[in-house]
Amino acid sequence: MSETTTTIDRNDVPADATSTAPAIEIRDMNKWYGAFHVLRDIDLTVARGERIVIAGPSGSGKSTLIRCINRLEEHQSGQIIVDGIELTSDIKNIDKVRSEVGMVFQHFNLFPHLTVLENCTLAPIWVRKMPKAKAEELAMRFLEKVRIPEQANKYPGQLSGGQQQRVAIARSLCMEPRIMLFDEPTSALDPEMIKEVLDTMIELAETGMTMLCVTHEMGFAQAVADRVIFMDQGQIVEQNTPSEFFNNPQNERTKLFLSQILGH
Amino acid sequence: MSVTDTTVPTAYVRTEMLPPRAAPMQRKGALGWLRENLFSNWFNTVLTVLGIAIIWWFVSHFWPWFAHSVWSAGSLRECREIIAATWGEGASGACFAVIRERWHQYLFGFYPRAEYWRPVMTIGLMFIALAPVLFSVSATIRRRVLAGGGLLTMILMAICGVPLWSAMLMLALFGVALLLAEYAPGRLLWFTVFYPVLGVWLLWGGSLWSPMMVLAGLAAGFVVARLLAKRAPGLAPFAAIITIAIWWAFISQPLADALAGVLPLSLLHVTSREFGGFLLAIVIGVSGITMSLPLGIVLALARRSDMPLIKTFAVMFIEFIRGVPLISLLFVASTLLNYFMPPGTNFDIILRVIIMVTIFAAAYMAEVIRGGLAALPKGQYEAADSLGLDYWQAQRLIILPQALKISIPGIVGTFIGMFKDTTLVGLIGLYEPLKGISDFVRADFNWKGIYWEPFVFVGVIFFVICFSMSRYSMYLERRLSRENR
Repeated sequence: MSETTTTIDRNDVPADATSTAPAIEIRDMNKWYGAFHVLRDIDLTVARGERIVIAGPSGSGKSTLIRCINRLEEHQSGQIIVDGIELTSDIKNIDKVRSEVGMVFQHFNLFPHLTVLENCTLAPIWVRKMPKAKAEELAMRFLEKVRIPEQANKYPGQLSGGQQQRVAIARSLCMEPRIMLFDEPTSALDPEMIKEVLDTMIELAETGMTMLCVTHEMGFAQAVADRVIFMDQGQIVEQNTPSEFFNNPQNERTKLFLSQILGH
Repeated sequence: MSVTDTTVPTAYVRTEMLPPRAAPMQRKGALGWLRENLFSNWFNTVLTVLGIAIIWWFVSHFWPWFAHSVWSAGSLRECREIIAATWGEGASGACFAVIRERWHQYLFGFYPRAEYWRPVMTIGLMFIALAPVLFSVSATIRRRVLAGGGLLTMILMAICGVPLWSAMLMLALFGVALLLAEYAPGRLLWFTVFYPVLGVWLLWGGSLWSPMMVLAGLAAGFVVARLLAKRAPGLAPFAAIITIAIWWAFISQPLADALAGVLPLSLLHVTSREFGGFLLAIVIGVSGITMSLPLGIVLALARRSDMPLIKTFAVMFIEFIRGVPLISLLFVASTLLNYFMPPGTNFDIILRVIIMVTIFAAAYMAEVIRGGLAALPKGQYEAADSLGLDYWQAQRLIILPQALKISIPGIVGTFIGMFKDTTLVGLIGLYEPLKGISDFVRADFNWKGIYWEPFVFVGVIFFVICFSMSRYSMYLERRLSRENR
């Protein structure tokens, strides 16, 4: 992504007109796996339309953090408020949040027994109770957006990794979510397929979608992120605008990480 | 230096590709096949020769027995006399005359002969009920199954000498089913729902309204659940169950009697004790199969549930049922269960057996399906969750279709095992075909001492039914794997 290095100023972000409340608010959140303290005192506020890249060494808790936002993982203390709804053990609230928050996984997690089109229309039909014809129309629109409308009637197993990930993005977008979470979307891809997925994500970012991406693609971070968050050992160590983050890292751990990831 | 740099002189560049050449003789043709598969080295050659010798030894022993078989005789003694007269003293031969004489008991037990059209029709209608479920995708195969089922039914009807009107009715029904399958296969599913009532009525007779009211109770429960689903979703299932119980306990019988008074649709009542042979095996097997699959799915999901109470119950149920032999459950069904019933209740013996066989098969089914559920990657659950699907939607649309597909061989294996286990009901005094009917036949002085022929006959029919199930499972696996590639 080195050819598109124009950093977007945070002030350019079009704020959602309907509400000024933050998209995501995390207050003093902690999570343990058994006795292991994975996330420690996380405080994070994400404005509407903000694009955030979360970086950090493996095991730093960055995936766990975004998986807490749609409660694929449960947090033990503190608050997570997504789009005005607090995540508790109330299943209704969880389902409501999940239908507003799209998620893209490292391993795509497409449904192999359904066609690409069925993958995309499933949730609109069953969760949004949309008529089938309308859902298909919507799905085709998003498949065109990710540039694979011609694959609509194939099964995921017939597509390449990059195509599958783009279908996964389209599948999430079909729910017309307000927030998109990306959990290392390019880590399982061959190098020549990373670009097509990143291009799709960049286009999505340009539409003003609130995005949280866990990724190692620093080029992507520089190109589209409003803020880069660096995590280590379950804590947010540093956060800054991309230009400051890459050119002027403050924390020792960040400097070491950047030197390792950009050094070669 | 770049690979595409054409200015650099290269030593060798292939411009034309070599065309494929024909394979050498030993790689193709019958000779090639023999060489590769049977005589590829001295060890395989020895094995091949040994195999042929064993096959020859078996065939040469059994062939005369089949070749000398007698198909028409009045008794075993008569059979032996005919064989001795034709093939010489000491020659062995099968006496299939017993099948010719007693085939009806092997098929229907002691079902009244004049009413044979009823079980045959029930079996024929079963094909119509199964076609839209088992072959929902392919119209060609549905057509073939319906036509084949129709042909089989007609042949059975001809053999049984049923009244002409019933054969005509059956033919007309198959015609309608074929048309429906062609133009509105969805409608055929309504018949599938209605089939159990029709089947029970045809087989046991009595008033049509009694089984109808049982179905109506289920429908009433469903309606209550639907009505309450919006207002009190948590309450709906319980309300439905209570409605069904009240309906069955208090409304069913009086309403059935009242309706019978208005429109007496009634057949000669046949008691469960008169059932026998393959009719009994198929009634128990088919009911057990259709009920154990849904029950098994529910148990498998319950065992994987996060809710400790439900999970504990499922584990206890499955482990208890799997831990005891089927025979002991059947004994419970035949004797013990009556102690728990209010005195005077007549709880049908076949129904009791079906319940026991169902829960026995369901416990095994649950474990087979649990294996399929466990084989699914966690990502599938997460993807379903992240899209906002609720638990039942995720299970029905995402998890179960994939888990059941993985479990098909195990599920059908359980079905086949269960169908063969129906012969165990002989031990509680029901006349299953393998031993019950054969013992009854041998009790006749004429057929005293006949062993192998009934076994061969019954074995062949069991094999045909079980083999078709196994072929169906292969067809399903092939179809589903093609869908996903």
